[in-house]
Amino acid sequence: MKDSLTTLSHDVAGSLRDLLPIVLVITVFQIFVFEESATRLLSMAGGGLLVVLGLAFFIFGLRLALFPVGEGLANALARKGNVFWLIAFAFVLGFGTTIAEPALIAIAAEAAEVAAAEDAIAASAEARKNYALGLRLTVALAVGVALIIGVMRILANWSLPLLIIGGYCLVVLLTTIAPKEIVGVAYDSGGVTTSTVTVPLVTALGVGLAGSLKGRNSMTDGFGLIAFASLTPILFVLAYGIILQWT
Amino acid sequence: MDLILGSVPFIANSAIDVLPIAIFLFAFQRIVIGKPLPNAGRIAVGFVFVIVGLGLFLVGLELTLFPLGKLMAQQLTDPAFLYETVGKSVTDLVWQDYYWVYLFACAIGFSTALAEPALIAVAMKANTVSGGAIGVWGLRVAVAIGAGIGVALGCFRIISGLPLHYFIAAGYFVVILQTAIAPRLIVPLAYDSGGVTTSTVSVPIIAALGLGLSEAVPGRSALLDGFGLVAFAALFPIISVLAYGQLAVLRERVSNYTEHVRHTEKEENDAI
Repeated sequence: MKDSLTTLSHDVAGSLRDLLPIVLVITVFQIFVFEESATRLLSMAGGGLLVVLGLAFFIFGLRLALFPVGEGLANALARKGNVFWLIAFAFVLGFGTTIAEPALIAIAAEAAEVAAAEDAIAASAEARKNYALGLRLTVALAVGVALIIGVMRILANWSLPLLIIGGYCLVVLLTTIAPKEIVGVAYDSGGVTTSTVTVPLVTALGVGLAGSLKGRNSMTDGFGLIAFASLTPILFVLAYGIILQWT
Repeated sequence: MDLILGSVPFIANSAIDVLPIAIFLFAFQRIVIGKPLPNAGRIAVGFVFVIVGLGLFLVGLELTLFPLGKLMAQQLTDPAFLYETVGKSVTDLVWQDYYWVYLFACAIGFSTALAEPALIAVAMKANTVSGGAIGVWGLRVAVAIGAGIGVALGCFRIISGLPLHYFIAAGYFVVILQTAIAPRLIVPLAYDSGGVTTSTVSVPIIAALGLGLSEAVPGRSALLDGFGLVAFAALFPIISVLAYGQLAVLRERVSNYTEHVRHTEKEENDAI
């Protein structure tokens, strides 16, 4: 119990540190550049507190529940060497963690709002919700596929630069045929997918897997999963835009 | 009180988001490992924290992070503010006149990447795995410089209205060139650094900044120009980390060379 409280306070401190640079930069700009009083910022302090507490609870809960189970499973599966279950696990891990990714929820909601405001989709709350959910499902699917490719790369020792470069060539190709308004959102969703939830679990999976295989270096083979998780969402969201355009 | 009541629907929504992964993990544990979960009670408590935390975060996002990003964009592009600093009216502005935007973007990108916990974790892991060859601070500063330049350049793109994919394609072309000559050890780490920089807190702020800019700068549309900042923040750290690796190799060569020179000088002196 006492241990948990210490960890929780650490997590609160951690999210405070996460928010601090932003608050610092914005405060400096407000006071020295715009010469505004700090009252406007203070009115947002309540929401800031929720951000800090929410993020801390979230990470604390992840560490209590998701990380030990996920890491235990990743290690057990890597040791077992059953390729089918390993790949199924990689997919579920990627899909599940991405659906719950706060940054993605934020971007998807914003994208739906902009699309509705500019008449790209119907202005009803229903249409916005569907559009946002469609985006999130697409990105989650993409991260699931990314982890499958990443795990297979570690198992089969494929060249990482070659795959990544090939992927980005495909991105450029798809960009030329995708509707213009999806391009920005697609490129952004690549960077969004890999933050709080996905990174620790995915890194554990990659490094653990490479460590349990003979002749693999956990430095050159273990990292690189996240790179796939940033690439495939761009491809999938571009494809999503192309398909939406047709229907 | 209002805050608490207002959080309830958000928490209910986040429960729907989190439940699938919980169910899958339990199923995997059962079917593949064949053992029930150890510490089931602790894990259940953990999931409650995850759900409540995600809900609270999303409320805070709506109340603070989005409005802050938009407010900054609005103030930085305020015609009165720009008139005061540059002395031009809105219609005469060129991209150079928005220098406060670039400065702010750079500061936000740099500082958030430097404080990013996911990056600290990756840097520490890289430090151990590389046997100390990759410094924790060196990597963090390299990523932060990349993120700062990335966000600033992304703002320039929004203000100038140039197509996003030109920049991204050019950026990845540089990455490909660097990959060919950078030390092999740093490559996967550099590729991963791209995704790590954009944290849960910085993404909403950066996204709101981009959308706010695209709404405020004359001739830009939120739909076409508003997104893409996060992509910049994810691309440029790859370049800067690869450069960090190349620099480390270069430094080693230089120090080897100077040592070699010193050595031969000493030998010459000894001979005399």
